[in-house]
Amino acid sequence: MGTHLPSTEFDGTAVDDQREADAEAVMGEPPAQMVQLLGPDGKLGFDPVFTGYAEKVTPEVLRGLYADMAAIRRFDVEATALQRQGQLALWVPLTGQEAAQIGSGRASRPQDYIFPTYREHGVAYTRNVDLAELLRQFRGVSNGGWNPKDTNFHLYTLVLAAQTLHAVGYAMGIQRDQKLAAAQGSGDEAAVIAYFGDGASSEGDVHESMVFASSYNAPVVFFCQNNHWAISVPTNVQTRVPLSNRAKGYGFPGIRVDGNDVIAVHAVTEWALEHARQGKGPVLIEAFTYRVGAHTTADDPTKYRHSAEEDAWRAKDPLARVEKYLRAEGLADDAFFAKVKADGDELAAYVRRTTHDLETPDIRSAFANTYAEAHPLVAEELAWFEEYTAGFEGGDLPAEPSGQPAAKAGH
Amino acid sequence: MTTMTIAKAINEGLRETLASNPKSLLMGEDIGPLGGVYRVTDGLIGEFGPDRVVDTPLAESGIIGTAIGLALRGYRPVCEIQFDGFVFPGFNQITTQLAKMHARSNGNLTVPVVIRIPYGGGIGSVEHHSESPEALFAHTAGLRIITPSNAHDAYWMVQQAVECQDPVIIFEPKRRYWLKGEVDTAAPGRAEDPFKAHVLREGTDATVVAYGPLVPVALAAANAAEEDGRSVEVIDLRSISPLDFDTVAASVQKTGRLVVAHEAPTFGGIGGEIAARISERAFHSLEAPVIRVGGFHMPYPVAKVEEDYLPDIDRILEALDRALSY
Repeated sequence: MGTHLPSTEFDGTAVDDQREADAEAVMGEPPAQMVQLLGPDGKLGFDPVFTGYAEKVTPEVLRGLYADMAAIRRFDVEATALQRQGQLALWVPLTGQEAAQIGSGRASRPQDYIFPTYREHGVAYTRNVDLAELLRQFRGVSNGGWNPKDTNFHLYTLVLAAQTLHAVGYAMGIQRDQKLAAAQGSGDEAAVIAYFGDGASSEGDVHESMVFASSYNAPVVFFCQNNHWAISVPTNVQTRVPLSNRAKGYGFPGIRVDGNDVIAVHAVTEWALEHARQGKGPVLIEAFTYRVGAHTTADDPTKYRHSAEEDAWRAKDPLARVEKYLRAEGLADDAFFAKVKADGDELAAYVRRTTHDLETPDIRSAFANTYAEAHPLVAEELAWFEEYTAGFEGGDLPAEPSGQPAAKAGH
Repeated sequence: MTTMTIAKAINEGLRETLASNPKSLLMGEDIGPLGGVYRVTDGLIGEFGPDRVVDTPLAESGIIGTAIGLALRGYRPVCEIQFDGFVFPGFNQITTQLAKMHARSNGNLTVPVVIRIPYGGGIGSVEHHSESPEALFAHTAGLRIITPSNAHDAYWMVQQAVECQDPVIIFEPKRRYWLKGEVDTAAPGRAEDPFKAHVLREGTDATVVAYGPLVPVALAAANAAEEDGRSVEVIDLRSISPLDFDTVAASVQKTGRLVVAHEAPTFGGIGGEIAARISERAFHSLEAPVIRVGGFHMPYPVAKVEEDYLPDIDRILEALDRALSY
């Protein structure tokens, strides 16, 4: 099979034929082609550049990538259930995007720094973020939840695309560190990955981050998960050309990769990180994938898209194709898949157990963390709060059953 | 003691910072060979090179956003925003990201970014070049806002801002950039708390609080009032967030009358916050309502009429008259 596929061949719908024709008309040339190494049929293809990187994905590594994808999908199911049961205020499901996240996350090295948006639970998993800690934000007990210094995985950013600039600045810091280190005869090669989506690609900060990254040749990989839907708005409202083509305008490579092909995503990301670490500058990767579920647990996709489209994408499932390949090549047996399932269930049980135990913080911690250094207004308001609460019996605010209006307390 | 302009004092303060802290760097538009549109960074790129004095693309969100990333990597970026009215493309990064990063990381991360903004009017410029948006930032928890009014403070406060673990915005009174003053570059200046107000002139009949470009105006008004036999105390706030209410309240407890002056529009401004706090803290000392002197509720007007907009000596004297008439 061919490995550089026009997106139309991948989608195979009349709508996308039209989009492709539009893009060609706008650009005066055919749109970007897509790197795919493992197709939905479970057959391995060839790419003149990326097959060399894909060969590093040994059977053992591939089994690991599969296990990661299965684990995070199981986690996603569990978190969705926790939200439905009132244990989380909101959940942001990732199902469908496992290959894009696990493939890219596993291509990173510990010294690399990752700036996620807010759906990168799979990347978090590859960076050893405790998934129970990741749920703190969605349970409403923290606006962060983990210490980025432990894993080089930054906090989620909810104001879209703001983190792409942080990523470029961080990469500019790495450049300066490398100069200082080189002067001392040592060197720590590192790069940064900035995740964002097709919706966020319209934000001005993405433009500015690409301008800065290009101007300073910063070691940053822009990883755009084009999951086709920005809540209810389809990608063609954000762009008339494949997003990866935009890199050309900034003067660095842009690659569209089959985001449901974990081997290709891993290979392309490894290539891009190597490119960045070697001082060759930024890369834009557009992982062509699909948000199979809702935007969040508060969303209703039936209002804006047809289930037939979802079904078409389920046929390109990132896990199914790896399973097909592993079984066909005799690289994994029933026992392996049973073990993966059992491990996933164990992870889900751990997350369920620990979610219940996630502590509600004392608001005093919010007073303490507003500023890093002492601030008289914060001190004054905290003192007032202490005095106010001390006026109640036991020194605590009156207990309120959750969900009850304050006025009913005590009645 | 050395005599220098405020612009030169900031320049010297930045030079001192760059020389003593290898992690510090300057970022902004035209701050390299040109030395900035006000020449505040003049000569620094030659001394410290383009990695430490960074001419950035023309994009304010980009400047603030990348500065946040550099700070997360352990650097101490000092960003120059070319003019007050140009900070707004970076407003999102300042308010949703920079101000909140320490809190949302539960104290694990610090982002010691400094943002220098020349502000205020009186220079006969085109629109967006004469504004005083400090209240918009003071309203945002997580930021510290300081504004020097003289060369000595400018020299020290810029260095202290870089040393602070919190993000600091320095509003620089652009029409006073060429105002000369004595600067004591010896160590004691470092010990002065940049977030504390200074009583510049003692008095007994009324207090005038001002900051930044209006401090010399307030002093001149106090001198004029003295000729009429009125003893006016003048306080230079120096810091807007935190705001040193202790010093203001102590003064009002002595004088019983308070006038607050700033170029920014009075509605929703710093003067209103001071009036409210002082009403609570010094209610029984007040002989009159707190009177505010400031800009009108309108976009900053065209240069030819800005003299009618900007608070001047007479406007402060009129406010003092009103306060003293109770």
